[in-house]
Amino acid sequence: MIKLVDLYKSFGDVHVLRGLNLEIEYGKTTSIIGRSGSGKSVLLKHIIGLLKPERGHVFIDDVDVTKLDEKEMNEIRKRFGMLFQGSALFDSMTVGENVAFPLREHSRLKESEIKQIVIDRLRAVGLTGVEDKMPSEMSGGMKKRVGLARAIAMLPEIVLFDEPTTGLDPVMAEAINQLIVETQKNFNLTCIVISHDIHSIYTVSHKVAMLYDGVIVEYGTPDELRASTNPVTIQFLSGNIEGPITIV
Amino acid sequence: MNRADSFLDQLGKTVMRNIEEMGKIIMLFFSTVSWMVRPPLKIRDIFKQMEFVGVKSIFVVVLTGGFTGMVMALQGYHGFKMFSAEALVGSTVALGMTRELGPVLTSLMVTARAGSAMTAELGTMKVTEQIDALYVMAANPIKHLIVPRIIAGVLMVPILTIVADFVGILGGYFVGVEILNINPGVFVKNIYKYVELDDIFNGLIKSAFFGLILSLIGCYKGFNTEGGAEGVGKAITEAVVLSSISILVSDYFLTAIMF
Repeated sequence: MIKLVDLYKSFGDVHVLRGLNLEIEYGKTTSIIGRSGSGKSVLLKHIIGLLKPERGHVFIDDVDVTKLDEKEMNEIRKRFGMLFQGSALFDSMTVGENVAFPLREHSRLKESEIKQIVIDRLRAVGLTGVEDKMPSEMSGGMKKRVGLARAIAMLPEIVLFDEPTTGLDPVMAEAINQLIVETQKNFNLTCIVISHDIHSIYTVSHKVAMLYDGVIVEYGTPDELRASTNPVTIQFLSGNIEGPITIV
Repeated sequence: MNRADSFLDQLGKTVMRNIEEMGKIIMLFFSTVSWMVRPPLKIRDIFKQMEFVGVKSIFVVVLTGGFTGMVMALQGYHGFKMFSAEALVGSTVALGMTRELGPVLTSLMVTARAGSAMTAELGTMKVTEQIDALYVMAANPIKHLIVPRIIAGVLMVPILTIVADFVGILGGYFVGVEILNINPGVFVKNIYKYVELDDIFNGLIKSAFFGLILSLIGCYKGFNTEGGAEGVGKAITEAVVLSSISILVSDYFLTAIMF
């Protein structure tokens, strides 16, 4: 289980996380929703150790990763994959080299074996014959797919998705949603998705957490969220301008 | 707070910020060295950077070196002519190029061409989360991105300096001998007489140091880029200005120590 306990994080005078608590189950897709700038990406970066909290703990299998040094954290990171908002593919490498990167970095596989895994992972995300293309030659949706192929290259236990459908047309967004569902099922992954795309959240999630004002204000299944009586959740899901969430 | 206090407050903050930045650059240097000695070295990346910093800078370095040698010969000739010492033009060009102008001008040109590109590339990688992606994949960005660039800077700037020295002297020879009719034998003999191996060697040590400065600052600024395209542009400007000033200031101190 991934456990976030009493997490605090500020940037200057902006207090992003204010004593956040959350428990994420293995083998399921947990989504974290909230407004833009509410701290969803910050939360994700704490789980993967890219940010350290001012106070609080992040437990992964009872190991407090906030206390680990870089070398120990890297061992934990090998259990993770991450799909970034803008895909974050390496511009200077081909698609194939991007997907092969973690394999070349952390395995002793032969080049022929790496090549085969790259083809398999790309096929798993619905891409064939694109190994030699450069990321700049691909559309946003294709880049997301390649990003996902890279994220699952090492068959990690946990995959983090940072706004997987942002900036995509509705058809491609739905394709990515289906891909997340299938990939989670096929590889039995623990997926953590952050998004403000309500439709996407309902499609991919087993559990949803609503982040507001630096804390989780609601946590449950998508159905439980739909039936919520919390005014913040109701306003966010319905997209109302009126309510406790103010537009600054 | 009156105006004088406000000025002092701003000055103090600027000084503190610069000292802090210098500390961070030095920390990055030690961190880079510690990753440099940990195998495996990314040989392919190192050669790629050496090609970018070195091979692709040859044209601009040849142009700079050649015309600098030519203008030195031209200016030197008019000066020396007043004392009927035109024969010293060759040795003056050679000493000027090997000791000073070769290393400094080469480094400034490489700063403008390759140092700025290092900042642009790393800065773009930073703002598009590619550096975060390296961390997430448990791959250290210093080893992957900075070590190859620093090695390329330290190795290739001296090699480019040799090219600039040679072409500069050749340019001086062309102007002195072919245009100004200085005796070619005397031109070359005086180079042998007055230029010592130490002049060339110390010039190369300087240029290796400048190569370190320009690549370290270029990488540091790129690595610490914030914001989007505007942030990248700002980082490039800062990197070029800081590298150029650092090269010129350290040149004085290195010259004072070496010569």
